[in-house]
Amino acid sequence: MKPRDSEIRFDLQIIASWIEPGSKVLGLGCGEGDLLHFLKKNRRVTCTGIERNEDKVAKCIERGLTVLQGDINEEVLDYPDDAFDYVILSQTLQQIYEPGELVRSMLRIGKRGVVSFPNFSHWSVRLQLLTTGRAPITKQLPYDWHDTPNIRVIALKDFRRFSRETGFSILREVAINTDHHEKSGNIIKVFANLRATYGVFLIGNNKG
Amino acid sequence: MSEYIEHDKNGLSVGIVEKKFFTFARPPKEMTLENGSALGPVTLTYETYGELNPDRSNAVLIMHALSGDSHAAGCYSKDDAKPGWWEIMVGPGKGIDTDKYFIVCSNILGSCMGSTGPGSINPKTGKAFGLDFPVVTIGDMVTAQKALIDHLGIERVLSVVGGSIGGLQVLEWCLRYPEVVVSAIPLATTPKHSALTIAFNEVARQAIMADPNWNKGDYYNGAKPDLGLAVARMIGHITYLSDESMRHKFGRRLQDRSDFSFNFDADFQVESYLRYQGSKFVERFDANSFLYITKAADYFDLTRQYDSGSLVKAFSRAMAKFLVVSFTSDWLYPTYQSKAMVKAMKKNDLDVSFCEIEADWGHDAFLLPNERLTALMKGFLERVYNETAR
Repeated sequence: MKPRDSEIRFDLQIIASWIEPGSKVLGLGCGEGDLLHFLKKNRRVTCTGIERNEDKVAKCIERGLTVLQGDINEEVLDYPDDAFDYVILSQTLQQIYEPGELVRSMLRIGKRGVVSFPNFSHWSVRLQLLTTGRAPITKQLPYDWHDTPNIRVIALKDFRRFSRETGFSILREVAINTDHHEKSGNIIKVFANLRATYGVFLIGNNKG
Repeated sequence: MSEYIEHDKNGLSVGIVEKKFFTFARPPKEMTLENGSALGPVTLTYETYGELNPDRSNAVLIMHALSGDSHAAGCYSKDDAKPGWWEIMVGPGKGIDTDKYFIVCSNILGSCMGSTGPGSINPKTGKAFGLDFPVVTIGDMVTAQKALIDHLGIERVLSVVGGSIGGLQVLEWCLRYPEVVVSAIPLATTPKHSALTIAFNEVARQAIMADPNWNKGDYYNGAKPDLGLAVARMIGHITYLSDESMRHKFGRRLQDRSDFSFNFDADFQVESYLRYQGSKFVERFDANSFLYITKAADYFDLTRQYDSGSLVKAFSRAMAKFLVVSFTSDWLYPTYQSKAMVKAMKKNDLDVSFCEIEADWGHDAFLLPNERLTALMKGFLERVYNETAR
């Protein structure tokens, strides 16, 4: 089960292992395109990325990726239904103003969605708040409250409830424990909401 | 576009190049233009750099803008001080790498830099065409370029690249000959001229036509409408810059004086700059060509062409992979116009990359040394080349 492709971050390795070779992928907030580059090279995936930051967009295009500069909330609106096999939102959900809208768009333009985010109910976050009485700062959420791009705090449990309320299915779920820059990590099976630093979810539309 | 002819900062150059001529559409096989008239013979001036590979898959076409020519890179002789207009982008190891690609740049139909235009001799009268030259379109320019490509034995073009009016030709290529174009790089351009752009062009044309020397386009044996053309160029230069770049470049600084002259001399640096650009331009450009090319650009509208009525339908013909680039301070072809075509490409499931480059220099940014643009183009071309070679 453990992916071996150690050239990319561990959470991205998990995502990559879920993507069928030869499929068509849209990466939202793709950064410098590490995942897309990996998928293109190793999985013969046709991919497009959307990224807001000009420097990162340029980096992607320079390394031979197809990437559009723009706001993911707006850019997703242009695509026809089922334009992609997978739409990936990696480590960005916590920065989205209208997550429900975006996830619905993802599942309109893609057959499947992949969503990952840092788990706010990790024990270290709980402990910090309890002991210091201040907004927690962790390796996964490293910003002070006043200069963070992360406008939402999400626990693994919250995302499951969000799926029921928004009306989509969680098809697959992996909780992991890793340092953001580490190429390796562990899959957490017991007390995941307490012990996992990240959650990775494969989502789809509700059947019927 | 302005003239920013600059040497490469690392001294790299494709070296000595040669201007070539291709004549086709000789009567009775004249070229039929979009307005229904026939034109022939037609000559295109062109230059090529690099080597066409054995499977003829590495051809890159460069499209020049309003006042450009076929001389994109290199020099004509050892003593030639001025390299081509895109020397910073075209050459060994550069954004458009002459070591890897076979590059063709031709002067557009209607221009005055060696290709057939209003200043050419009308074979029927033995005199310059003047206004007897038919009003050509961007589509006609591209049709002529296609004849050249056929002549060179190139069936598929790896990439069509150009900015501004050159970008209009790039888009036209993608819709007119979709099966020929593997990829395209439209820079600082638009799917149709806006009212603002048409307005600037019209004022520029009026300046030429108001010059008594213009004489309804018949001036080739006498004094030329230099004053009108100079004013037209001055207007152009305002549109190529931006509020920001003019503040940086000139501000309210005075030219060679410490106080106002209290007459109508060029007090301000910006006035002096525009006058200089205008007077320099008339030495090398034909006023009638200015009229014809700007009109062709104003007529350009992808949504009207191909009976589509919508940009999405227009791009349904396209098959190329696109790299669309705009610049933040470009007010002649602002980013929203590039985004409109990107949107239409997305709706057609086309492979499109888009980058808006932060630049203070207005529309002209695409001609100025810009490492970002160079790297983008280099990466994109390498990718499409590798994907095609596979």
